[in-house]
Amino acid sequence: MNGKPRIGVYVCHCGTNIAGTVDVEEVVRFAQTIPDVTVARNYSYMCSDPGQALIVDDIEKMGLNRVVVASCSPRMHELTFRKTLNGAGLNPYFLEMANIREQCSWVHEDSIAATEKSKRIIEAAVVKARRLEALDQKEVDVEPATLIIGAGIAGIQAALDIADAGFKVYLVEKSPTVGGHMAQLDKTFPTLDCSACILTPKMVDVANHPNIELMTYSKVEDISGYVGNFDIKVRKKTRYVDVSKCTGCGDCASACRQAGRFANEFDEGMGMRGAIYLPFPQAVPAKYTVDKESCLFLSKGKCGETPKCLEACQPKAINFELEDEIVDFKVGTIIVATGFDVFDATLKPEYAYGVYDNVVTALEFERMVNASGPTGGKVVMLERGKKKKKKKEGEEEEAPKVPESVTFIQCVGSRDKSVGNEYCSRVCCMYTAKLAHLVRDKAPDAEVTVFYMDVRAFGKGFEEFYDRVRREGVRYIRGNPSEIYRKNGKLIVRAEDTLTSTPLEHETDMVVLSVGLCPRTDTRDVIDLLKLSQSSDLFYLEAHPKLRPVDTASDGVYLAGVCQGPKDIPDAVAQAKGAASAAMIPMASGKVKVEAQTSIVDETTCRGCGFCVEVCPYTAIELVEINRMGWHVKAARVNEALCKGCGACAAACLSGSIQQRSFKDLQLLPQIQALGVK
Amino acid sequence: MCAEELDFIEKYDLLGCIQCGRCTGGCPVATRTPLRVRGFMYDGLNEERLEELSEKPEIWDCTTCFTCAARCPKGLEPLEVLIGLRSLLIEEGKVQPTVRDALESIFKDGNPWGSPRSKRMDWAADLDVKILEPEDEEKTDVMLYICCTDAYDPRVMKVAQALVKVLKAANVDFGLIGEEESCCGSEVRRLGEEGLFEMCDEENVEMMNSYNVGSIVAISPHCYNTLKKEYHGLKHPVLHYTELVAQLLEDGKLTLNTEMKKLITYHDPCFLGKQNDIYDEPRYILTRIPGAEYKDFDRCRERSLCCEGGGGKMWVETESKEERLAEIRVDDAKEMGAEVIAVACPFCLLTLEDATKVKGVDEEMRVADILELLAEAL
Ligand SMILES: Cc1cc2nc3c(=O)[nH]c(=O)nc-3n(C[C@H](O)[C@H](O)[C@H](O)COP(=O)(O)OP(=O)(O)OC[C@H]3O[C@@H](n4cnc5c(N)ncnc54)[C@H](O)[C@@H]3O)c2cc1C
Ligand SMILES: Cc1cc2nc3c(=O)[nH]c(=O)nc-3n(C[C@H](O)[C@H](O)[C@H](O)COP(=O)(O)OP(=O)(O)OC[C@H]3O[C@@H](n4cnc5c(N)ncnc54)[C@H](O)[C@@H]3O)c2cc1C
Ligand code: SF4
Ligand code: SF4
Ligand code: SF4
Ligand code: SF4
Ligand code: SF4
Ligand code: SF4
Repeated sequence: MNGKPRIGVYVCHCGTNIAGTVDVEEVVRFAQTIPDVTVARNYSYMCSDPGQALIVDDIEKMGLNRVVVASCSPRMHELTFRKTLNGAGLNPYFLEMANIREQCSWVHEDSIAATEKSKRIIEAAVVKARRLEALDQKEVDVEPATLIIGAGIAGIQAALDIADAGFKVYLVEKSPTVGGHMAQLDKTFPTLDCSACILTPKMVDVANHPNIELMTYSKVEDISGYVGNFDIKVRKKTRYVDVSKCTGCGDCASACRQAGRFANEFDEGMGMRGAIYLPFPQAVPAKYTVDKESCLFLSKGKCGETPKCLEACQPKAINFELEDEIVDFKVGTIIVATGFDVFDATLKPEYAYGVYDNVVTALEFERMVNASGPTGGKVVMLERGKKKKKKKEGEEEEAPKVPESVTFIQCVGSRDKSVGNEYCSRVCCMYTAKLAHLVRDKAPDAEVTVFYMDVRAFGKGFEEFYDRVRREGVRYIRGNPSEIYRKNGKLIVRAEDTLTSTPLEHETDMVVLSVGLCPRTDTRDVIDLLKLSQSSDLFYLEAHPKLRPVDTASDGVYLAGVCQGPKDIPDAVAQAKGAASAAMIPMASGKVKVEAQTSIVDETTCRGCGFCVEVCPYTAIELVEINRMGWHVKAARVNEALCKGCGACAAACLSGSIQQRSFKDLQLLPQIQALGVK
Repeated sequence: MCAEELDFIEKYDLLGCIQCGRCTGGCPVATRTPLRVRGFMYDGLNEERLEELSEKPEIWDCTTCFTCAARCPKGLEPLEVLIGLRSLLIEEGKVQPTVRDALESIFKDGNPWGSPRSKRMDWAADLDVKILEPEDEEKTDVMLYICCTDAYDPRVMKVAQALVKVLKAANVDFGLIGEEESCCGSEVRRLGEEGLFEMCDEENVEMMNSYNVGSIVAISPHCYNTLKKEYHGLKHPVLHYTELVAQLLEDGKLTLNTEMKKLITYHDPCFLGKQNDIYDEPRYILTRIPGAEYKDFDRCRERSLCCEGGGGKMWVETESKEERLAEIRVDDAKEMGAEVIAVACPFCLLTLEDATKVKGVDEEMRVADILELLAEAL
């Protein structure tokens, strides 16, 4: 669309947001005098239907070929008005926004000066609009497959939804089994569903689903490409067990020379495992794994005459020659569902976790109350680090002591500046109530006390559950404890009952620390792979806290579960379903539009210095060899599918050879000049 | 809200308090005195009550151990509110005679013990130590800063003398300030006399900066804390003696040859541990004494129990029928069979030693500064 510019200028009142400060009538009168302006109008809300209709009407009736909307920021409504232009048959990139709200009416009180400033901003926008070019928004095909990183409840749910919709899913899990933290829990609040009963069927489903390729004990090593076309490289670490042969019988584990010598990670170190192990009986896949560090043969080169497990394994599944496998594949979208770590309680030394055996974290306590956990579901006092005495013939094993009193401390590592975590972890109030209930259930004679500073029971059924637990005889004391020490064989919790201003030295047998949810310690791994951002709490940052809670700043990359911020299972599942449907939008449409305002290189002047290559955060530029009048020289070249139009390269280029479309020097510099900057 | 009220609320960020109770919960004296520091965080929001609050006797029970601040989840420092209230009282001249005398003595003689400046160096009379000269061309590695209590108290003096002996054994190049040395003002600030503290800060910084030294080594954790964290513009690095001595041992410059077959435990001074995270150096030193066995208190390091020596408590007696914390400490030490309670602070030395006497165990249990033990183990 060439020919003489015919520009329409539309000044928005934004109710009184703009018109309360800026004299919009006066601004319109001024705009009508700017050369090439065919029409100028003002209207109460330009973004409303009738506001947009004004523009469409003028384009059709007056043959406008450029539009300036003087209103809010481009971030707010540029897309809205581009669509308006498109609807009227005009290339959407013939739009220029003049921001007279955030940059003018909102920040000034003097009406006369604000009106003058609006005029300058609009005139400068008209100057730029005159020089705008039509741009083509290209589309690329979308690979109908999703990579999901992390197979906790969030990753599992997202995988099942996408696979059920008919798309391919690659589900990559770091540990030997899927399930994440939910698999470690006993019951779940507020309904007290058995965690395993509702989770295990889903774990089995992801393993068997024809559309899901499950890769456990695996790590994503490289991701390149862009929405619709990501290239993925995954390392499948060897288990030294041929999974096609392993029947999961467990004969190897009982035979292993190292059996019962190492802390089982799944039991939070309270149960023991050998060098070849299955984290827990319902693990999926039900295939054994040899842990390199604890296996005598792999770490020392020798395990007796022959490794016991080799002898024990009937189907001959164990093979110490096996190696890691690298697999490459393509996907269109990616969901990150890497979950969390619980707060490291040793960072609050006043609670003496790690000093006293019976100061435990809530996750350890979950394992303890779990029927398939290390104590068979019994609430008992622990003697950690003590070697079990060999039982003599006929000798009765001494029954572990049941605590007479169990005390919970809420908000450990949350809402606490002294450890750098200012946020509330959202689940600990409720899981504390749940665990307190379970103590009542399993050790009915034990006194149960909860120290809290607020009880946040905000979810569906939560307050009702909290009411029930209190009435079961759980004492809630309002005061956050400050210290734990030992006196006469008992643990003493020092606190203040803040409702009566009474300092307490509360005697108890066992203290459960309700630890918060924290970003994983290996968070950086995924950040480096995907260039994700973090919010101030160090969880991954969503694109918008309200309206785009599952999207990230990178197109085609979505978040699900606690990796985005603390949440319980219902919320993690809801978000996973949200992320799944967001990931399916481009896959269902089959095409995605790529950025049109990309950069281009003038190869005749580019000096091939590579400065732009270095500054581009999206690795969209590479140096290529070109033939310049018989000379082989280097020049930059932009991959338009990768370029996000950030403009960093254009700002960096010393010879002005790389220019961003819609923000070229020839467009921007006159605009700046029109603002009165010399 | 009037300006003064805003001042008090803003100065101590009272609106940031969520009344969680961790401060009172950890306050060592809350179990034996009426002090409930959380309550002051709340009541302080009401300007009309400030005067009434400042007249509550329990504001003088605070030992300024800092536990409340270390534990506060919102980064507040409740003890400062108590100090602020003490200031209000001092401004109006309503202080106890013992406190008034101590403050006057600092103003006049540079020490709180009512002794003349001319006697400040008596403790070192027979020791043959270099007295530093201001603006000396030749640099001295270490300037010792001797606490007033070490300088004047006949018992604590022995600790300063031991320090000299130990540093000489390690061939450290050090010197003393001499009669010019004045109180650091740690207790002054904590008693609420802000103006006098500002004077200590200014005059001491100017005096210390005029010396050509590599570092200042403080014998008392209270001085150490003040010099390091509360002074303005001090140009020399500040160490506590345990940091220097641990380094000397590690570098092999100090060797211990005399056996001491004793079970030793160590009481963490609040101003060294909780307030400055120095936990390892004292233990490093004690575990290197030949023949000695070392055992920690159950309540140690970050969970150590205050001895009630700080915060001006040397001049204000707490009215309470409950057992003193120092006595609890001595009981605990006895229970674990400790023969020596090692300390690294002049106030801890006095309070704990007194407690062994009250408990009648001073025959079998010794309270000694790490330095005294070191001097014997050379
Ligand atoms: C003590 C305790 C009790 C709780 N009780 C309840 C309850 O009763 N009810 C309730 O609703 N909620 C409860 N919760 C919260 C619940 O555990 C979480 O909401 C839920 O587990 C979140 O699931 P997720 O999938 O987001 O994360 P996770 O369960 O942490 O799963 C993340 C998965 O990703 C894997 N992973 C991580 N990084 C990578 C990587 N780089 N590559 C590959 N894989 C990776 C991990 O191995 C893990 O399998 C409790 C939490 C705790 C701590
Ligand atoms: C005072 C107040 C302040 C709040 N502040 C915040 C805040 O600051 N931040 C925040 O995140 N949240 C806030 N919330 C919560 C927020 O308002 C809700 O989360 C949000 O509005 C929920 O949106 P909804 O679409 O589910 O429901 P609604 O907003 O109620 O929308 C439901 C729509 O369905 C229509 N409808 C109902 N029945 C029928 C029917 N049978 N047929 C057809 N249409 C029907 C209704 O007319 C309505 O338009 C606040 C809530 C309140 C009350
Ligand atoms: S013995 Fe063989 S088949 Fe059985 S679990 Fe072990 S590796 Fe698998
Ligand atoms: S959910 Fe409850 S226990 Fe957890 S951090 Fe929030 S307030 Fe504290
Ligand atoms: S009902 Fe509303 S106001 Fe009351 S606790 Fe719940 S969220 Fe807060
Ligand atoms: S505009 Fe940004 S994304 Fe595009 S090539 Fe330049 S630096 Fe890279
Ligand atoms: S610990 Fe901090 S937030 Fe909690 S009551 Fe004390 S001052 Fe307030
Ligand atoms: S400084 Fe120590 S004694 Fe004073 S209020 Fe705080 S915790 Fe209590």
